[in-house]
Amino acid sequence: MIEVEHLTKYYGAFPALRDITFSVEKGEILGFLGPNGAGKTTTMRVITGYIPPTSGTVRVAGYDVVEKSLEARRHIGYLPETVPLYTELTVFEYLDFKARVCGMHNGRERKARIYEVMGLLNIGDVSNRVIGTLSRGYRQRVGLAQAILHNPDVLILDEPTVGLDPVQITEVRALIKELGRNHTIILSTHLLPEVSMVCNRVIIINRGRLVALDTPIHLAEGVAESQSIQIEVDGTPSEVLRVLRSVGGVTSARVVPQQTGTQIAYGLSAESEITMPVAEGSLPAGVHTYRIEGQPGPDLRPRLAAAVVGAGYNLLELKSVRPTLEDVFINVISREEELAAYEQEQEPVSGATAMPHLPPAPARRRRPAPPAPPPVREEPAEGEESTQETAAVVPARTRVSTKRRARR
Amino acid sequence: MRNMLYIAAKELRSYFVTPIAYVIVAFWLVGTGFFFWLSVSYNDPTMRNVFGVILVLLLLIAPALTMRLVAEEARTGTLELLLTSPVQDWAVVLGKYLGALALYLTMIGLTLFYPLLVVVFRGNPDWGPVWSGYLGMVLVGMAFLSVGLFASALTSNQMISAVIGFVILLVLFIIGQIGSNLGPGMGDFLSKLALSDRFDPFSRGIIDLKDVVFYLTFTAAVLFITIQVVEARRYRA
Repeated sequence: MIEVEHLTKYYGAFPALRDITFSVEKGEILGFLGPNGAGKTTTMRVITGYIPPTSGTVRVAGYDVVEKSLEARRHIGYLPETVPLYTELTVFEYLDFKARVCGMHNGRERKARIYEVMGLLNIGDVSNRVIGTLSRGYRQRVGLAQAILHNPDVLILDEPTVGLDPVQITEVRALIKELGRNHTIILSTHLLPEVSMVCNRVIIINRGRLVALDTPIHLAEGVAESQSIQIEVDGTPSEVLRVLRSVGGVTSARVVPQQTGTQIAYGLSAESEITMPVAEGSLPAGVHTYRIEGQPGPDLRPRLAAAVVGAGYNLLELKSVRPTLEDVFINVISREEELAAYEQEQEPVSGATAMPHLPPAPARRRRPAPPAPPPVREEPAEGEESTQETAAVVPARTRVSTKRRARR
Repeated sequence: MRNMLYIAAKELRSYFVTPIAYVIVAFWLVGTGFFFWLSVSYNDPTMRNVFGVILVLLLLIAPALTMRLVAEEARTGTLELLLTSPVQDWAVVLGKYLGALALYLTMIGLTLFYPLLVVVFRGNPDWGPVWSGYLGMVLVGMAFLSVGLFASALTSNQMISAVIGFVILLVLFIIGQIGSNLGPGMGDFLSKLALSDRFDPFSRGIIDLKDVVFYLTFTAAVLFITIQVVEARRYRA
């Protein structure tokens, strides 16, 4: 439904997007993750036809967003991050205007559709209120209403749940999931749980580069380099640690300081620099939490439980710590950061030499090569698409593994 | 085509749900009314002087009418939604222009009240110059509004847009005087561009096709440039 190929966008000399390639199938909900300024909004703006790409092509519902912009736009519903609405109009007036502009010329049908959408988003009660007087939550939903009004195949939602209260967030997420059944949705967000809840696939963008593209579960698995187990034992720390370390397969064990309990709550990796080393000998006997890292392979938990109980300590809690999407995110982003710093140190001009096909100076618009007649292109497009998709996945993953090796 | 009319209708509605239109129309009626009264009290039957002064008033009114059209949408971000709707850029620009023009024509229509007053009080206005003067007002207004819209497309700030519009109009207004001091050649060329000099014949009852074509061409050219400016905005966004 959406095919993005080698998308590059320069703002002046600044590369906002660098060679982004991905595609989204019908009925898929794709999550966009990335720190602020990574290029999420720029990507969305190019897809919606608001700004032209410097090079590369974007096709929506088969239409090139540059060449066949109007047709492509007919298939897109867009909700920008700032939820821009005509604040001086009433909700109904605004939706009526939007519907007309989107080609719904039949008055009765248009009215019926507007009321249907207002009902769907629970904004019927404010239909005659001026948008400027509405609360953020209502505005957000009016914004969503205008995006789905003309029943587009593709929905581009830039942070659609920002500014909503928890109940509304749940509602909107449910709605997005519901819409995802027969729409293709790209959704950007800062809320990582939202991505795992709503999206089928995730893209992580950093510094204009696509650094990961996979399902949320796969991404999380990719980061799990080892088994992480958290255990709560009542006993003398130095003794307990000795017991734990003696279990086969355990690579490290340490006491988790109480004050950084929040780290565990947020699922941060044990290697985090924030973790303070604890002088093991100085700790008093009592209940402590221990973090155990083990080699990947058979589950360590039964053996750990047996060892602790066998040594005569009370085992209070035992759980494995799975990496969350936050881990993935921080992992991928920090690795990219290191990589960028490394590149800059090594060869400052690497950007120009590595990608000779990119214009170093701002190019106004690179018209993509004229497309072959559609019927001819239809067939190879299928194969092309799938190879590109794997191509997008593979480099991201290989990069992950090489870097990981380098780290060790 | 339809989209253009939808946008024009929306702009017109926006004018009247915000205080802008009321303030401008009030200012307009007070100004024109005052000059009409002045003209009548000097026993001028042609309204020629009224038109001349209204033209100066328009230098301020036209940028005020158009200043928010694109600038405000750019500031609030609604332009992004409008330019990602299935609407051509030219339909956006022309729609907005038509919206402003419709309001302007309404304002012109309201001033028809003055010659009517003359008739009611058994005066005998010279209808020829009055009608040709009104035609001139419409043509000049079209040109002024196109410049205002152009200025609005340049920036995201209404005030800046109004000032730019006013300055451009002022330059085009006085360029005739500048030209006449430069002598033949360059001076003649500049005088031909002047928006003010060509209006004078209309208020005297002379409709010269040359002048009509000039104003229409000028408007079309400026609108064309404005469409390019809006398109270029996409590259700057």
